[in-house]
Amino acid sequence: MKYAGLLVMPAGFFLTIAALVLFPDPSRRAAFVLCGLAVEAMGLAVAVRGHILPRGATRS
Amino acid sequence: MNPIPSIAPAPASGDAAFAFTFALLLLCPLAIAGIALINAGLGRSRSASQAMIGNLSIVALGAIVFAFVGAAFTGTLGNKDVVFYAAGKPWSVLGLGPFLLHGLSHAAPQSQLALLFEFLAVSMAALLPWGSGADRWRLAAGCASAAVLAAVVFPIAAHWIWASGWLAQLGINFSLGAGFLDPGGAATVHVLGGLSALAVVWIAGPRRGKFPKEGLSIAMPGHNAVYVLFGCLLALVGWLAFNAAGAVIWVHAPLGALPGTAIDTLLSASGALAATFSVTRFRFGKPDASLCANGWLAGLVASSASAALVSPAASLFIGAAAGIFTPLLVELFELALSIDDPSGAITVHGVSGLWGLVAAGIFSPAPGQLIAQFVGIAALLGVFLPLVYLLFALLNRIVPFRVDPDGERVGMDLHELGGGAYPEFVIHRDDSYR
Repeated sequence: MKYAGLLVMPAGFFLTIAALVLFPDPSRRAAFVLCGLAVEAMGLAVAVRGHILPRGATRS
Repeated sequence: MNPIPSIAPAPASGDAAFAFTFALLLLCPLAIAGIALINAGLGRSRSASQAMIGNLSIVALGAIVFAFVGAAFTGTLGNKDVVFYAAGKPWSVLGLGPFLLHGLSHAAPQSQLALLFEFLAVSMAALLPWGSGADRWRLAAGCASAAVLAAVVFPIAAHWIWASGWLAQLGINFSLGAGFLDPGGAATVHVLGGLSALAVVWIAGPRRGKFPKEGLSIAMPGHNAVYVLFGCLLALVGWLAFNAAGAVIWVHAPLGALPGTAIDTLLSASGALAATFSVTRFRFGKPDASLCANGWLAGLVASSASAALVSPAASLFIGAAAGIFTPLLVELFELALSIDDPSGAITVHGVSGLWGLVAAGIFSPAPGQLIAQFVGIAALLGVFLPLVYLLFALLNRIVPFRVDPDGERVGMDLHELGGGAYPEFVIHRDDSYR
């Protein structure tokens, strides 16, 4: 799950790039940039969740 | 009102401006010294010597690797970039300058100052994860990760943001304000360092005994609050220099605007300290020295993005906001997310840096500046966090990050250096190992 989250984050980045390229209109561009950030936030949340250790465990 | 009316079209020129900016850069290592003291003070006494030699080694190795390899990819000394075209716009993704600093003596004075700034910045960025891996991160692994950051990750970020990279050109190519603005290194130094710290903490795992099977996490307080708080004062001097020098070098601020930048830096840190002091006083009944130090640093980090660009009142607000969320996030990360970050770098540098970048966009009068800042943040999170994690995970297979359990039990000083930082003092045993 941790790797899935980290893979989703670049997808959000490419969404922001697509917003720059595809939308000259500032409001649409802003909306898509924010969507890209939201996707990155979801990916980060999944990665964080994947890294939470069970209590008492220590990664070696 | 913005103390720096607008980004001046021409760089500050002349011998006096060069000498003044160079003198400012000579004060920047005090920020590195402050961070080093904070890293050592927030760790345990049995790892203090390893923490300090690690700080020195990382700064040294980061500088060497950056000189040999990394500086070429920032493109500061060269005029060739790796550029591709999409949607009719140029996207410069990597600099291609000379290796081994070839041609440095013939470079323009402005380029030499920019390169010196980058040297100091890469040392600081590489240092930030070291405090987060305290008490279990091996010295060799810390140095290796610094080399990776200085050779690959930082140069790409510096080129994108500071040199002629696509983030810096967002204003020209897409009419987004003045492009992604980061004069003091909030993104290239602090967010990058904070994200690297997160990768280290994830890969190395928490300190043994930190999260027991039952109950809350075990508090492992830093061994020397005086180091930590004195480090904060040292860091202030360095930050004043970093922000002022960055304003001149990266956004071409006139020298007359620098007192305003310094005042904004101080106000941001002061607002953050006051806020953290109040929050911890309210939460715990007494102010917490360690968290107050984190708050002070968070204010400084947030100012790195905004001090040269916003008004004093805005700086105070930006710092106060950073001071409010820093202690809450430190607690959240530890208790809810099982993130064992002894120095708090993930919150202090990563999150506060992101906040500073957003705030610089919010308070900027230029249309589209906030979107430019968001695009830069998307690049930091979407490219650099996965990249750093991938590189560190690979590095962990070659140079294991985590010390063996016996080394963690006896302390990093004895295990890695053969002697402690305080040989004449009795170090108390750690009950969590029983």
